[in-house]
Amino acid sequence: MSRLDFAAVLADWPLLLRGAALTLLLTAVATVLGIALGIACARARTHGRPLARALAAAYVELIRNTPFIVQLSFIFFGLPSLGLRLSSEAASIIAMTLNLGAYAAEIVRAGIEATPRGQLEAARSLALSERQVFLKVVLPPSLGRVWPAMVSQVVIVMLGSAVCGQIAAQELSYYANLIMSRNFRSFEANFVAAALYLALAAVLRQALAWIGPRWLFGRAATAGR
Amino acid sequence: MSLQRRPFLALLAAIGLAGVLPASTAFAQSALDAIAARKSIAIAIPTDFPPYGFVGTDMAAQGLDVDMARLVAARLGVAVELVPVTSANRIAYLQTHKADLVISTLGKNPEREKVIDFSAAYSPFFQAVFAPKPMSVKSPADLAGKTVGVTRGAIEDMELTRIAPAGADIKRFEDNNATVAAFVSGQVQVIATGASVAGNMMARNPQLGAEFKLLLKDSPNFIGVAKGDDKLRLKVNEIIAAARSSGEIDRLCLKWLGRPAGDLPI
Repeated sequence: MSRLDFAAVLADWPLLLRGAALTLLLTAVATVLGIALGIACARARTHGRPLARALAAAYVELIRNTPFIVQLSFIFFGLPSLGLRLSSEAASIIAMTLNLGAYAAEIVRAGIEATPRGQLEAARSLALSERQVFLKVVLPPSLGRVWPAMVSQVVIVMLGSAVCGQIAAQELSYYANLIMSRNFRSFEANFVAAALYLALAAVLRQALAWIGPRWLFGRAATAGR
Repeated sequence: MSLQRRPFLALLAAIGLAGVLPASTAFAQSALDAIAARKSIAIAIPTDFPPYGFVGTDMAAQGLDVDMARLVAARLGVAVELVPVTSANRIAYLQTHKADLVISTLGKNPEREKVIDFSAAYSPFFQAVFAPKPMSVKSPADLAGKTVGVTRGAIEDMELTRIAPAGADIKRFEDNNATVAAFVSGQVQVIATGASVAGNMMARNPQLGAEFKLLLKDSPNFIGVAKGDDKLRLKVNEIIAAARSSGEIDRLCLKWLGRPAGDLPI
């Protein structure tokens, strides 16, 4: 048995740091776009016309019932044959956004459907338009209700980005794999990568728990809990 | 409850006896004795690397490395257990004793010699840079500004990393299939890979107009043995030497590579 040697892996800390930075960047962009897409699809599924409902439902089912790595490979290796060539990073962001969007749609829909009828009736009796009712009355408290689930989903997508290294996106796992292919310290490299993912997930949870009530749905939405 | 739990405990104990005891005795004796005792040898082979190792239409592994694995097992007089591995994980399989030998187009270099031992060479191989005919790549410097696909951790990755200019954009993929897919779909402009993979790729995709550009390394294949496993390594060397003088290795090379083995380092 070979002895553990973490120094051989930690010597490459600039690579690990660069990888962690790209993982965070991919996750940040995919989170903003994915949650926006999820809200749009949730609205389409609850308030949309029949065609919009069907399209949103088809998208959600397609993404939620296929593996992420297949979606990623399709975008990176498949789309060029249709004439659309994307960089590894762009393909990763699109795949992560589409993936998060589908799950976020179902999470937000749950929040929307839990809106008390009295609130809707009160909003309509104030002569607000349907759009105003959705954006000002329905959506903020809905997001507040489902925010913990949403934060978990974002963390899952961040961890899922580990497979983006398969299409040569230079994120954390890509560099961890590169380091172990250079010095064959696979256990140590995986261990260090796992520790970094754990730290990233902790930071991400804290950041989202802070951002949500302040910027997205107001502290009132979660008050009393 | 206790009625259900007892068979479960018995099962656990049985697994413990079946799994732990042979493993612990295996550490006490040499790998060669352990192989003889269990009458089977685990050999890591490639399945994504024609003509050395690939899966045929009947879903069975075949190729030069697979035939070589069968030959070694036959000379040892034991059954062969083929373990499919990739370029990136084959050394780890040897280090963690998931395989007794690696016969997987394994090239020899100083980094690898630090962690595993090598037998004598058993077959020829070379790595090179390939690109479409109109593209001019006459020296490593010409790779600047181009995206080059390569399989992470393979010999060609190390050679390419060594000779490529800073301006070259090297994209590393998990296995040869992904690297070839990236080149065929146009995600990378240039591919650095083994001659066999390139030959197979060019035969199936004549529309690419790809051709040989730069030689990266002449690197014959060796059989990988766990570090310090000298008894097994010497036995394997004996088998290779015998197969070379009897012409068996030349026959394997003619069958799969269309050429005899040529000069191979001991």
